[in-house]
Amino acid sequence: MAYKIMAQGLDAAGLGRQIQAHPGPVEVVGCLGQRFIGAGMQKKKIRVTGIPGNALGAYLNGGEIEVCANAQDAVGDTMNAGTIVIHGDVGDTVGYAMRGGEIYVEGSAGYRAGVHMKEYQDKVPVMVIGGRAGSFLGEYQAGGVILVLGLTGSGPIAGNFPCTGMHGGKVLLRCRPEELLFPGQVTALPASPQDLDAVRPYLEEFCRRFGKDLSAVLNAPFTLAVPDSRNPYRQMYVAN
Amino acid sequence: MIRPELFEGQVRIPSGCAISAVISREGRLISGQTIVDSMRPMHERSNGLGGGFAGYGIYPEYKDFFALHIFYDTDEARAAVESHLRAVLEIVRAENIPTRKHPAITAEPFIWRYFVAPLRSVLHSRQQDEEEFIAQLAMRVNTSYPGAYVFSSGKNMGVFKAVGYPEDVGVFYRLEEYSGYCWTAHGRYPTNTPGWWGGAHPFALLDRTIVHNGEISSYDCNRRTIEMYGYKCTLQTDTEVITYIADFLQRKQGLTLEEMASVIAAPFWSTIERQPKGKSRELAYLRTVYSSLLITGPFSIILGFRGGLMALNDRLKLRSMVVGEKDDKVYIASEEAAIRAVEPSAENIWAPAGGQPVVVRVREGAY
Repeated sequence: MAYKIMAQGLDAAGLGRQIQAHPGPVEVVGCLGQRFIGAGMQKKKIRVTGIPGNALGAYLNGGEIEVCANAQDAVGDTMNAGTIVIHGDVGDTVGYAMRGGEIYVEGSAGYRAGVHMKEYQDKVPVMVIGGRAGSFLGEYQAGGVILVLGLTGSGPIAGNFPCTGMHGGKVLLRCRPEELLFPGQVTALPASPQDLDAVRPYLEEFCRRFGKDLSAVLNAPFTLAVPDSRNPYRQMYVAN
Repeated sequence: MIRPELFEGQVRIPSGCAISAVISREGRLISGQTIVDSMRPMHERSNGLGGGFAGYGIYPEYKDFFALHIFYDTDEARAAVESHLRAVLEIVRAENIPTRKHPAITAEPFIWRYFVAPLRSVLHSRQQDEEEFIAQLAMRVNTSYPGAYVFSSGKNMGVFKAVGYPEDVGVFYRLEEYSGYCWTAHGRYPTNTPGWWGGAHPFALLDRTIVHNGEISSYDCNRRTIEMYGYKCTLQTDTEVITYIADFLQRKQGLTLEEMASVIAAPFWSTIERQPKGKSRELAYLRTVYSSLLITGPFSIILGFRGGLMALNDRLKLRSMVVGEKDDKVYIASEEAAIRAVEPSAENIWAPAGGQPVVVRVREGAY
């Protein structure tokens, strides 16, 4: 049974101290904009009702944060390990500079989802967005996996300028390649069955978390976007 | 009020701001308490160096008169300005703006308001309409009368601002005693210029007000351009110029709100090229003719005006903005928490795209 913390009237620091004081799972009730929930946490489970503030799970290094509503900007900023689950939409820059762990969003993401995600050896961050993504999806992406499913919302599955400056990692979108305009340094082609098999565990986890039907999710064309050069800045300034 | 002798670029405080607004499409009156409460969850977006509010529909008993709100450093400054006002205006009421002592609001100037109408004989001899006359009067006081700042000059609306956190500023100005059909608010975290009373948001000229979260990279280009048309930037902060651009493009050039948005947050050429022909010609025209009024750098702004408001993000959307609704009311804020604080059951929460204006108007005849 999770220990309940009433967030009303607490500022970010006060709420953070209460969360840290309890080694077991906690439930934050009535959250209203308090920032940095679970920041730097190593293990433990936090469940949030109400609207958490910016930088939810920043520098997260283990454990799990589950939000039963929308979340604001910079969810999982520079997170290193652990899991964040959002039963709603997220604001801008979800997974900013993410370097490990998993983020699952039931709804849509704002601008710059996964900006500057990166990976190293076995540290490969994964972000699954059930709805749509704003402009500059995967901007400067250097590693990791971003999945956008377009299951909710309307309009293009991602906004303008997806994968701008991308030089590592991969983005999988549940749409046809011609539906989006990618920059020159990115190759976007129909995803092969092998491409989809590689991310199947994350799709299964997404469906398990949000009660979706995996076969229905897979029963649509997917696009795989990857950088076509390991060094997109070659000769942008000097030959290097 | 001490005006620090520092200008844009001479001091830099590395750091966000908070903005919020509520409007009733039916023109129903909303207490000033509502907008103050919406700012509380965003406390950390400000640093106590500026907070302010604009209320529309708050002076119904004087709705045909311009409400001038003026800060004075000294009694001498007030005497000099009032002498000028008496010469050109009919003043139907002059009073201190009621405030309450607050431990966090200090070093307050003398804060006065006047309900006025330009003398017909003066308008006739200057061949000006009353709006142009009042706009120039505000510019003249702000540039020529040391220690005096007109910070609000519209009809049936008013700006209330100070150095402090916005929730404290609201208590200081007794905003719970006012009600209006639209409110905007700002919490300041000054990044480039000093925090002082005149530099707090909203910035107002006639009934147009701007609250702004961001930083204008194109400030000096915009300032030099707008000063060619008789506006004077005197308040040592970048946001002021947006207010004058809004006044120029709308009142002088006759652009619609949507056209103005396509000037100040013009789409990229690559985006313009992909529009249908008529639309791309229009966007290219606006971007070309008013190229010096393109505002670059991060911003989210709310422009208040008589009977409505417009919210807009910069085209790259480098600042956050969320919109929600409930019945006749529309809420706009930097964070969803600000909306939920005053309307927990708000619906249709969404985030506008960069450069996508959100225009909300009060039903005609209801304000």
